[in-house]
Order: sequence, then C-alpha cells, then structure tokens
Amino acid sequence: MTITEEPPRTKPQQLSHARDISRPGFYVKLVLMALVNAFGIYGILASWASKDFYILAFLAVTLAIADYVYFSKRAIPAKYLMPGLVFLAVYQIYVMGNTAYVAFTNYGDGHNDAKQPAITQILKTSDRRVEGTNTFPVSILEKGDVLSFAIVQDGTARVGDQENPLKNAPDAVIDGERVTEVPGYDLLKLADIQSRQKDVLALRVSLSDNPDDGWLRTDNGTLSYVAKSALVYNEAADTFTSPEGKVYTADAKQGLFVAADGTSLTPGWRVLVGVDNFTRMFTDSRLSGPFFKILVWTFVFAIASVLTTFALGLGLATIFNDARVKGRVVYRALFILPYAFPGFLAALVWKGMLNQQFGIINQSLLGGASINWLGDGTLAKLSILGVNLWLGFPYMFLVCTGALQSIPGELNEAAIMDGAGPFKRFRSVTLPLLLVSVAPLLIASFAFNFNNFSLIYMLTGGGPNFPGSPVLVGETDILISMVYSVAFESGVKQYGLASAMSIIIFVVVGFISWLGFRQTRKLEEVM
Amino acid sequence: MRKHFLAMAAAGLALTMTACGGGAGPADTTAPSASTDTTATAETSAPMEDAGTLTLWADENRVDSFKALGEKFKTSTGVTLDVVEKPTADVKTDFIAQAPTGEGPDLIVGAHDWVGDLVKNGVIAPVELGDKVSGFSETSIQGFTMDGSLYGVPYAIENIALVRNNKLAAETPATFDELVAQGKSSGAEFPILIQQGAEGDAYHLYPLQSSFGAPVFTTGDNGEYTGELGMGGENGAKFAAYLKKLADDKVLSAAIGGDQAKQAFLDGKSPYMITGPWNIADFEKAGIDFSVLPVPSAGGQPSQPFLGIQGVYLSSKSENALLANQFLDYMTTPEAQTTMYELAGRTPALTESADAVDDKVLAGFGEAGKDGQPMPSIPEMGAVWTFWGAAQISIIDGTAKDPAAAWKTMITNIEGAF
Repeated sequence: MTITEEPPRTKPQQLSHARDISRPGFYVKLVLMALVNAFGIYGILASWASKDFYILAFLAVTLAIADYVYFSKRAIPAKYLMPGLVFLAVYQIYVMGNTAYVAFTNYGDGHNDAKQPAITQILKTSDRRVEGTNTFPVSILEKGDVLSFAIVQDGTARVGDQENPLKNAPDAVIDGERVTEVPGYDLLKLADIQSRQKDVLALRVSLSDNPDDGWLRTDNGTLSYVAKSALVYNEAADTFTSPEGKVYTADAKQGLFVAADGTSLTPGWRVLVGVDNFTRMFTDSRLSGPFFKILVWTFVFAIASVLTTFALGLGLATIFNDARVKGRVVYRALFILPYAFPGFLAALVWKGMLNQQFGIINQSLLGGASINWLGDGTLAKLSILGVNLWLGFPYMFLVCTGALQSIPGELNEAAIMDGAGPFKRFRSVTLPLLLVSVAPLLIASFAFNFNNFSLIYMLTGGGPNFPGSPVLVGETDILISMVYSVAFESGVKQYGLASAMSIIIFVVVGFISWLGFRQTRKLEEVM
Repeated sequence: MRKHFLAMAAAGLALTMTACGGGAGPADTTAPSASTDTTATAETSAPMEDAGTLTLWADENRVDSFKALGEKFKTSTGVTLDVVEKPTADVKTDFIAQAPTGEGPDLIVGAHDWVGDLVKNGVIAPVELGDKVSGFSETSIQGFTMDGSLYGVPYAIENIALVRNNKLAAETPATFDELVAQGKSSGAEFPILIQQGAEGDAYHLYPLQSSFGAPVFTTGDNGEYTGELGMGGENGAKFAAYLKKLADDKVLSAAIGGDQAKQAFLDGKSPYMITGPWNIADFEKAGIDFSVLPVPSAGGQPSQPFLGIQGVYLSSKSENALLANQFLDYMTTPEAQTTMYELAGRTPALTESADAVDDKVLAGFGEAGKDGQPMPSIPEMGAVWTFWGAAQISIIDGTAKDPAAAWKTMITNIEGAF
C-alpha cells in the first residue's frame, strides 16, 4: 500500500520540502524529529529507572518506527497515519485491552495488588510491638558497612546488629537514656539516618539468642521497641503460620491466604477468575432481579429520549425553516442555548428547580404545589425525560435545520403541482429525504443516551430506590448507573465486575447500532 | 463524568482560593521566620538542609493547615513536606488505586473510618507510637485502631450537636418531643433542621437513633464495635416509627439537604439545627447569636452522636517510611496538635492540647459528644451507610408504608451485603 500510493517518478524529480537541505522545511522537520527523539529517549531512560519495562519497550518500538517513517522516502502514507495510530494505540486499544483484562480478574477492594506485595504487607503488619514491653531511645551505629542498634537497658549500654543479638558494651558512653559513643563504631547523625532509612527500617536486632524474646526495631530512627512477628511465612509451602499453629494456605482461585476454618488474611491479591464477573449479573439473585427492570427502563429511556428530542427538534426546525417566520436568526440562536450548557451542570440546576419544597417549579410556576418530582418513581422518570428533552432538542434542531436546507426546493414544488397537501408533502417527500442524512445521527444519539450516566447520576442518582431492594438501585437507574452503584457505591469497590458489566453494555449498544446502520443503508437505497 | 464534575469543582475551589489568597495569614507569616530558622539550624549541622521530601495528600479543607504545619516541621528536621491537594471524594479512592503502583504519597490526611478500607487493601502501615498513645483521648486512638494495631496519628475530633439560634429560643427542653413542640410554637418555618436529601443522612439522625438504644453495632466490653448489628429488634422498630412521626410533624423531609438546611438556619427560619463545627464559621460570619448544646434524647437514653476523628495515615508503600515516621512523631507533639487546632479549629486529639483549648463553641460540641462513639470503620460500613440512609428516607418520604417492615428489610439487606 505504501508503494502504490507514491506518485509516479518523473525524471527531474523535485525533492519534497522536508528532504531538500536548502529549504526551511527540512530544518523544521529536523527540529521536530530531534524533539520527538529527545522526549522519547528521556521517556526510555525514565522508564528504565522506574523499571517499567513494558512502557520502555513500547517507547523504544514507537520511536524506532517514527524515525524510520519520517526519514524514509518510502513510507509516505504512514507519515500521515502514524501520529493518529499512536494515539489510537494509547488511548483506545490499550484502554480497551486493559478493561477486558480486568473484567476477568477479581481486581477491587481487598485484591488491589499482586501477590508479592500482599505477602510483604502481611509480614509488615504482623511484625508488631509485643504488648507490655518498654521502648528504648536508640542510637544507630555503623562499623564498616554494618549497622547496629545501641540502647540503654537497666543502666548498661547494649549493642547488637542483624546477625548478633544485643550484648553489653561496658566501654560505651551513656548520656541519660541514650548511648552517645561506642568505641570502634561511628554514631550516625540524623541526616545519615535519613539517607540510609531503608537499611535502618529493615534492621532487626534480636534481644537474645532465644528468638521467642523478639527483636528490636525502629520506625523513626530515635525510638526502638520490642517486636515479634505474629505470622511466619513458609516460602516453599506458600503458607503463613500463626503462633497458635493455624495455617493459612495460599488459594490461587480467590487470591487469599485462607485457613481451614474459613478465616483469611488481609490483603489478598489479584487473580484471574474467568467469566465469574460476566455471569454474576444473571446468576446472583440480588442483581438479576433489578437487572431486568433496569434493562427495560434503559431501553425506554434511550428510545423515548431520541424520539422526543427528534420530534421537537424537527418540529421547530420545520417551522423556523419557513421564510415567513420573522427573526429566525434570533430564535435559532436562542434554541441552541441549552446545547451550549455543560450537560451535568444543567442536570444539577434542574435538580434544584425540581426540589419538592424549595424548587422554583413547585414554588413559583405551580404556585406553591408540593409535587414530588424526583421522589416518585413515575414522576422521576418523566422528569428525566423532560430534562433530557430540554438538553437534547437543540442538537436535533441543528441537524434537522441543516438537513432541511439541503433538500432541493423543486421536489416540494413538484409535489404541490401533483396536488399533495402540506402534511402529505412532509410525510412523503421531506421526511424520507431527511432520514437519509439524520438516521445515523439518531443511532448515535441512541447509543449516547443508552450510556447517559451524567444526567442520571446528577439529576436523581438513580433514585427513588426500589424499596427494600438488596442492591441500591432505583426506578431511574439505567444500566451504566447500575454498574456504578453496584461496583462502587455499595461499599466495596469491584473493578473487575464493573469492567465486565461495561463490556456487556458495550456489546448491547454495539449490536443495536449495527442493526440500526443496516436499516439506514436500506433508506439510502430508496434514493 | 463524575471525574469531570470533580475537576470542575476543584478548579472552582482553586479560583476561590486564589481570590481569598490575601487572607492566608498564618501561612504567610510563618514562612519568613521558618526560613530564617532553617538557616540557623543549617549552620550548626550542615546536612540538615534538604534532608528529603515527604509527599502528603490532603483535601481542600485541610491543605492550607498542613502546608503551614509542614513549614514548622521543616525547621525542626530539615525534611520538606510537599502537601498535594486532592478533592475530598478522591483522596481515599485515588490512594487505594495508586499506592500499589508506587505513585502514591507517603502520607494521607483523612477520617478514621477509612481504616477498614485502607487495611483491607493493604495500603497503610501500622504506626508504633510507644507510650505516647496514653497522651491521646481514648476514643481517638480507638478510632484508628484495627485488630489491635494503630494505623494513624489522630489530631482532631469532631461531632454534631444541636445549634440553637438564641434569638428564636432561649431555653432548650430536655426531651426531643418537647423540643419539637417548642420549635413548632416558636412560629418559625421549620421546628428543627436536620439535613437529609434524596439519599437520606443516617449520620445526622444518629443522635436520635442512639437515644432509642439502637446503636448501629453492638459494642464489646472495651467499647469496640463487635461487627454485629445492634439496630434491629424492638428498639430499631421504635426508632423507625419515630422517624415517621417526625416526618408527619414536618421536621424531616427529603427536600432538605445540607445546603437547604444551612440556608434556612442562616435566614432565621428555624430556632434549631443539628450540625457540626464545619458550619460554625458561616454562622459566626452571618452574625447569628447561637449556642451549641447536646441533642435532647428522643427515646429516653442519652443521645450519642458519631465521633469523627481526623488523622494522618502512613502509606505501606512509602519509600521514605523513616522520614514519614518522623513526621508522625512530630504530629504527636503538643506543638503540632495546638498548631492544627489554631489552623483548623477542631478539638485536638491530644489531651494536653485539648485541655488548653478555651472556646465556648468547641466546649459545646465536646459536651454533646461526650457519650459519642467513633464512627465504625469496618470495610462493609460503605454498604451500611447507603442502605441505612435509603431505608430512612423511604420512611420519611412515605414510600415505605410500614416503617417497622422497611426497617426490618434494611437489616436483612445489610446482613446480606456482609
């Protein structure tokens, strides 16, 4: 494909701007590519430093391709496509791939990292202070490269390191509770401790030869305490054992260390759980009950939103397309205003206006009525459709106005000659022609409303809730807001479930859009 | 979409903050003296300069206080505290999501009831304060403790109380029924304001609920929650019936959210409002003559509002754990706790600093919360809140015809969610 699109070479072939050293274009390209390479190499070095090898590989490959594409004579179409393709890969393909991957895992609260960090964390939290023991002001010493702790216990100085338990150091100098000097050792100052904080934090000095006595550790470099680990990790068996002898075994299916009695250690880790997340929507009775109610309302909402906005938009467009209307420009500008509002902001404003006690609609427009616009199931649904009509009709008005103006006037004149009345003309001439260009936009509008999360979330939050429902979803929840409610608002965050559900929604919307577009093709054949 | 909204909100806040930037007195005045101090210490021990940097996340309400505190911390240790502002709703979720990637902060500031979630996700490390623990109020330590380990350093305690507009009511009766009667006869538009909103607000109703002897969880001997629901049974049903009665009396309404309640109180439309210290500054600004009192009992037992405790958590993935622990150590000093009181105006968690506070309003809140329990922090609490609020609002707005039955369904659902 690259070769076929290259222009045929004529004899004194003119060099392109970007290849001709005597023209500025070449230097512009050089500077731009130098920048791209500089950023790319910086990114590679940075990801090397932070050990992000996937990012590193991606950057290296992309950079190599970019250099080849822009310095080669052959890849002319690629020069245009490359930036778009890179963004496609980063912002679409990667995101979709990641969502699909997460949908098959148990990623969520309690399982939000890999196994190794989970083990580290369990060990960390189980290494606790032994209750009832003293704390000791600690001095940190260095000999060669080995760090030691020095404390004052019962008036005598004691020194020990990772390998050697605490031993009396009679020749040490004590000032109050703290050891200030031990011959043969260097005393670390605050700044030295700060710069070697990892070693200091990792240092455990046994109190005696008996491991049951525990060990000294410090968190801040000035105070040490006696600690003991409540759990012992056995790497070969992949188990934790508590002092009482309870064994927690790694369960790769759940991503948890589980004991025989069913108790488990926190945190767990991320594991692949297969299609569990996908089937839960249908098999979990807590979800499947409200699910079908919500599915129906989602379709009603999306279809009714498209139809009402289209009807109003088309009606207004037809009226204001008539040359006899005066001041059309002003009216048209006014109608577009709701479109210029950010949708979620408008939803919030409407929420205030529809408030039962304080809202302007009840208070002023209806003279102090007490209509529960957002608290009653049916009224809340109507309110949502009403607000969405207000939000959505300007768009339909715009596209219909455009489409109407592109319909040749002769067609209507011919229909008049044939004796068709205005209604018949509209039905048989204008509408079919209009639909050819507008139908794809109606499908897009359907897909948008099917996932119109911000409107639902901001206006009713899905409420009023189904009374007593075991998951917190309500009359006006649509699928996407149900996903949000189930996966995030019901206490525990479940990214895996949320990803799986949004993939299901994607499939539904994709299928319907495909059906719709097939239908529109038939419309075009009418032409 | 929610992200967008929060981003907008953050942008709006940033603008307002620049607008009131001139008023940021404490931060401005401490800065110069802090820098001179640093140079002074730097001369005696040169390596103190730039001993390292700690990153701390705080929400928009606390960011300024911690910036000021960070300046003081730097003078004593040479460690820079880089305070990053995060929207309130994002601090916890972002921290849980980012800590495993190594991109998270070393420390975060948050409420004690995050402990459960944070521990479950393994993103915070236990903190060992040694004997300093005894210097703190017992409930504040209890709030940050889970499974016997302390997971943060508390610095402030807050709870809700009954705020009275002294112009509209001079005396406050001893029971809630009498209070409602008094509020009604006062001629004000609302007898008492208790914010609800469409999703309900169990937090602001808890002083009433607890006075019926229906605590959210039963408590063990040491005052810790057992994890067993305590709000079912007869007492729960009584409270549910009382909710219905309050709704019939027009005390409670789903239409009155936080903003509406506050505005109505500011406008003098009600003699009473159940609210927390966060609204006090605005009441003072509006020139209202008010008193802070305990919430009268509705069900016969003392009313126990939830205590919210603010504290600093240590990330378990921190690369600077030692420096971070030095900061936590600093947070336990009376100097730091008193500074936080001066900057944020909440009762300090450290008893020594709390005793030194002489403030009528805070004393009123302290009195109202003296029987209070820390808000439960178990991970499932998120589910409890939503079901709880939803059930209450369905009783209040009348969607649930039988309050006792609705209450019972709620208990079943919460138990199902566990």
